[in-house]
Amino acid sequence: MFGYYIDLAWRSLKRTPVLTALMVLAIGLGIGASMTMITVLHVMTEDPLPGRSAHLYVPHLDPLPVTYQQPENAPEPNDSLTWPDAMALLRAHRATRQAAMAGGTLLVTPQRANLQPFDINGRYATSDFFAMFGVPFMAGSGWTAGDDVTHAHVVVLAESLARKLFGDANPVGQTVELGNNGSAPNEFRVIGVTRDWAPRPMFYEDSAGKPYSDADEFFLPLTASIDLKLDFNGNFMGWGRGSGESWRTSPRISWLQFWVQLDTPEQVKAYHQFLVDYSAEQKALGRFQRPATNAKLYSMMGWLAHENLVPDDVRLQFWLAIGFLGVAMLNIVALLLAKFLRRSSEISVRRAMGARKRDIFVQFGIESALIGVAGGLLGLGIAQIGLWSIRQRPDDYAHLASMDPSMLIGTVLLAIVASVLAGLLPAWRACRVPPALQLKTL
Amino acid sequence: MEIQPILAALRKHKIPAALIVLEIALACAVLCNAVFMIGQRISEIHLPNAIDEQGVADIRVMGTDPKLATDDVPRNLAALRQIPGVTAAAVINTMPLTNNGWNSNVATQPQDVMEKDSPNVATYFFTSGGEQALGLRLLRGRFFTSEEFADSKLASNYIPTAHVMLITQSLADRLWPGQDALGKQVWVGKEIHFTVVGIIADVLRPNQNGEGLAAFHWAMFLPLSPGPGGFLNDYVVRTSPQDRARVIDAAKQKLAALSPNAVVRGISFTDVRDKFFATDRSMIWMLVLVCVVMLAVTAFGIVGLTSFWVGQRRRQIGIRRALGATRAHILQYFQTENFLLSTAGVATGMLLAFGINLYLMQHYQLDRMPWYYLPVSAIALWILGQLAVLGPALRAANVPPVVATRSV
Repeated sequence: MFGYYIDLAWRSLKRTPVLTALMVLAIGLGIGASMTMITVLHVMTEDPLPGRSAHLYVPHLDPLPVTYQQPENAPEPNDSLTWPDAMALLRAHRATRQAAMAGGTLLVTPQRANLQPFDINGRYATSDFFAMFGVPFMAGSGWTAGDDVTHAHVVVLAESLARKLFGDANPVGQTVELGNNGSAPNEFRVIGVTRDWAPRPMFYEDSAGKPYSDADEFFLPLTASIDLKLDFNGNFMGWGRGSGESWRTSPRISWLQFWVQLDTPEQVKAYHQFLVDYSAEQKALGRFQRPATNAKLYSMMGWLAHENLVPDDVRLQFWLAIGFLGVAMLNIVALLLAKFLRRSSEISVRRAMGARKRDIFVQFGIESALIGVAGGLLGLGIAQIGLWSIRQRPDDYAHLASMDPSMLIGTVLLAIVASVLAGLLPAWRACRVPPALQLKTL
Repeated sequence: MEIQPILAALRKHKIPAALIVLEIALACAVLCNAVFMIGQRISEIHLPNAIDEQGVADIRVMGTDPKLATDDVPRNLAALRQIPGVTAAAVINTMPLTNNGWNSNVATQPQDVMEKDSPNVATYFFTSGGEQALGLRLLRGRFFTSEEFADSKLASNYIPTAHVMLITQSLADRLWPGQDALGKQVWVGKEIHFTVVGIIADVLRPNQNGEGLAAFHWAMFLPLSPGPGGFLNDYVVRTSPQDRARVIDAAKQKLAALSPNAVVRGISFTDVRDKFFATDRSMIWMLVLVCVVMLAVTAFGIVGLTSFWVGQRRRQIGIRRALGATRAHILQYFQTENFLLSTAGVATGMLLAFGINLYLMQHYQLDRMPWYYLPVSAIALWILGQLAVLGPALRAANVPPVVATRSV
């Protein structure tokens, strides 16, 4: 029976090629546009570290004075930590792993004669950074907690940078000149090379970065960066009056990102309590002024939601595409209705010969589904063109726009569901055509 | 044309009629908002910027010793001024539209600086001759004197020690609406204030602050003399548009030769502007594409439904023709019918469009849609409907009267 319905549907579609083409085109365009934007939103909100993300958390303290007024569109100063707080959390060592970090752009002065100095982006971090985030190493390793204490001048390079600086030679043990300020080059000993590693989004970066295109090419100890007063990137938010100390170690300037690894729910609870206790203690000491319960602990996905990384433009385009899909579906309803009701006499004959309403309904449902499959395939092609055109755009996230297998299947399914849904009303109208009335006029 | 029989006929075909109305309503709602967004972005891209955009280039030197900046900057400027074609050169902390902003909240009273609604303003510092190098246009007052440049060093709070500033017309209007800003005080901190000595035509800031287009022109300019610090890296060079490419190359070579360890980059301001607005431009094209395709799809829908309708009513048309209706009458009938449906659709669509606009205003910092978008989109959809119905209506008008006598 099913084969017979498909055959009937196929014949019917062939009989009205223009109308069929219009329907396939409408559904293809609707599906293509919406899938393009759904894919972009999907890749932008993906888990950057699958398997590991569930154990990563961001402590959030509130050292701001009660009088502080948050400017409307500025980033929250609390999103980063001050040096004293970051060091206190590190020393307390209450999590399985913990690391403080900040981004930096430094000038590299290559030793190869044919290479001009150039800038690279990287990160100053404490030793747990590599183990906590599972950074893959090609050679050597990260530094130790001991190197943090001794402010060692060591550096870990990303594969692409190591290759650019040293070619095929083994870079481990070599030295690199970083952050040259014209008179005193800072020499760093290479102790490890990572595979090029850039989680999407760059979850550990602060809101000043471009989370979908930035990548870190070097990593060096935070303590060494403080000693050498290396330039740093990112939000630098201050409040209150300073008392002559360096801004980097000031208790009134937040600039450090801090991540912890917590393996069990009990640990998470205990860590949150620890943050509240720490805040209460700081409040008792007179440093914090706000309620200790302002201290929060964000999960990684919660943190990404808090940082709200998806640009408004992408969300607007997403809604536009969904609206567009709605318009396309409404059209399919209209066109299918026109098509099905035009065949009232055929329906009457079949009804008169004994077809039940249900049979008519199934037959037209299959016809709608067939249009859905064709529209879905066309939509898939259109979505690929759409994604290609997005990849040509200058936006930060543009290069991520491509489909994975689940999205491919999703496209076709969405098309079929959309067109079957759109076909429901016309099919229902068609099966209500009374047999006798139409027969009379034949 | 009698409307009564049309309405009676529509009542008998509720579903197709409702579908056309819905289709037009949805198209109208999405279209209004999309066209509005396109308009907003176009006006953003074309925002005026009162510097010599065609003649200005930005040469950036990175990686020099901050301690030596006091000597490096005058030496580099002297070298740049020697390049044939260069009419002015100066150093500035950052350029408009570079996304590298120095911002401060300012107020007209010291106690208001930390208030939530104090305007957030872009701060530019430049060395002597900066106004010529940028091509700033003075509206009232004066530019800085050489003493004012010489006396101003960067303090530890990253604010120059000068006592004078230039502000843009937009900022003057924001701070002192309806008053003359000349000679007034701008407070940047509780203890720091500057006297406005000149008001200049609007210059764009390095980035938009999310406070809407009005705030895009809030900028202040302070004088500065070269000193240690190492943040004065942007050399503004002005030349004629035809010399620009050659001057940028020559300037890069000269500065690279003077600071062998540094990285030197050069870019014309027109490229800076293009880069800044590139995402907006691509968004505009995408919105235009969506609008065009959506209109086409809506038109297909109308054509499809009306042809079905005409087919269904062949006999009815035949009878009317046999009773003496002319072709023009039949054509008019379908066009009036479509006009009625379009009107209902547009009315529903307008409500929907306003609803969407209100939602977008709350969530995406969009402005209120001006009222004239509605009549314009209504007219566009009316025309679209009339064009879409024309084909099927002509076919209907060609139904011969004999159809009525057949097979009844």
